[in-house]
Amino acid sequence: MDEISAGFIRAIQLIVTLDPQVVEITARSLSISLTSVFIASLIDIPIGGIIQFHNFRGKRALINLIQTFYSLPTVTVGLLVFLLLSRSGPLGSLGLLFSPEGMIIGQTILITPIMIGLTISALGGVSVQIKETAMSLGATDLQVIFTILKEAKAAVIAAILLGFGRALSEVGVAMMIGGNIRGYTRVLTTAISLETSMGDLELSMALGIILISISLAVNLLLNRIQGR
Amino acid sequence: MEGKVLKISMLLLALAVLCTAVGVADNSRLKIATTTSLYDTGLLDFLQGKYEDKYNASVSIVSGGTGIAIQYGQRGDVDLLMIHDKARELKFVQDGDGLQRRCIAYNYFVIVGPKNDPAGIKGMNATQALKIIMEKGKADPNNVKFVSRGDNSGTQAREQLLWKNAGYNYSKINNSGPWYIDAGSGMGATLLMTNEKSAYTLSDTGTYMAYRGNLSLVPLIEGGNDLLNVYVAIAINPKKHPGVNCEAANQFINYLVSAEGQKLIADYGKDKYGQPLFFPAAGNCDKIGCSSAECAVPTNASCAAA
Repeated sequence: MDEISAGFIRAIQLIVTLDPQVVEITARSLSISLTSVFIASLIDIPIGGIIQFHNFRGKRALINLIQTFYSLPTVTVGLLVFLLLSRSGPLGSLGLLFSPEGMIIGQTILITPIMIGLTISALGGVSVQIKETAMSLGATDLQVIFTILKEAKAAVIAAILLGFGRALSEVGVAMMIGGNIRGYTRVLTTAISLETSMGDLELSMALGIILISISLAVNLLLNRIQGR
Repeated sequence: MEGKVLKISMLLLALAVLCTAVGVADNSRLKIATTTSLYDTGLLDFLQGKYEDKYNASVSIVSGGTGIAIQYGQRGDVDLLMIHDKARELKFVQDGDGLQRRCIAYNYFVIVGPKNDPAGIKGMNATQALKIIMEKGKADPNNVKFVSRGDNSGTQAREQLLWKNAGYNYSKINNSGPWYIDAGSGMGATLLMTNEKSAYTLSDTGTYMAYRGNLSLVPLIEGGNDLLNVYVAIAINPKKHPGVNCEAANQFINYLVSAEGQKLIADYGKDKYGQPLFFPAAGNCDKIGCSSAECAVPTNASCAAA
């Protein structure tokens, strides 16, 4: 128990004194995951809308497939993106492997299924009448979508926050694509993994506490939005 | 109307891809794939700092076993390898993936184990010791265990070589019972696991000393030619892998083999551990089996692409 309590105290010290290493890693984690979630939102919310508002053959199967990919293992996505971005791979000439940009691509892909899927559910929760009313008032297609998005705001934000949580807490893509390079691609999860393997449990715990705190904050925010 | 939505979505998609692509990585960085021992001991961090200050350069270090480092090299994903497995190094250069092999430092492997030495191997040579560990481990796997890196690293290559020298087929060792633990981890993590399990393992001395404070394991078998551990640096061949940063890789190698670089390696860790973790290659070429052409001399390989 001693080790845990001592580690915990040291961890808190590292956090309250704003230890430069802790701050740097946290900031990098947030910026990479926020960028991923931003790009994923731009892509996935419209795609979710398109799937929800159109009837086509295989729609049910497609949605099932998307839902299956909610639990896409992060290391599989890591491997896939690694093969894409590696110099011997199709996108190798961009030189994106072992860079923050590569990590953003990987995390964007990783959270795409969950964000599309949750957008579909969010939009599905809006009553059909709203859509029909808007259309009968002569709204354009785009206006209809915005009206519905407005109605489904809370649920869409929930999708975004869940995507963010998954991006922030994953380690497979960050490790395989980023390479855990100090001062460049090292983020909270990869740093915890490295520091633990190097026996620096205090720093690991400090970073772990930060990670949990961020998740908690996201969750509280989620509850507030959904509570309204 | 439907077309419009589709067009807008496509536009957003293109925008997002563009956003990502403008960040095309900054290619002036020197990317090094290194074996875990050079990284976990802090040596490479230390050298990186000195080098970056002197040349105003930026260096990215990806740490993994020698096996994965060679993979990165074969795919052209890094510019420089720092590894320790002679057989695979020679093949790497021969295959045209690497330019020139340069010995930069050495130390020794060490067999560490619990203080009470349940297999009674102290004082034996390495191959004898492994043989005894296996026999006793099979008979009494609760008390005698061996943890293997199991990650295709240079250290594991040496372990396999020692098994071969002891007259065993490694693939049979790996499946021969609960006494043999295949960790699949880096050196530091493997040492921590060995410590938790009161087992034996093969480690490089540098990592063992850097982790010693957290371990109750003691060195049982040290020294001897079959435990010699030579680290080399190899730049990736731009003819085979266009786009690699060959100039920076050569500059880093030449810094490592310079008098300044060799002294930094020789002194690293003295203040913290009371003895150096690595020895410089310069001046020890015969001892470590590096020909004078490969041993701590500047590289003269051309960086011309195909």
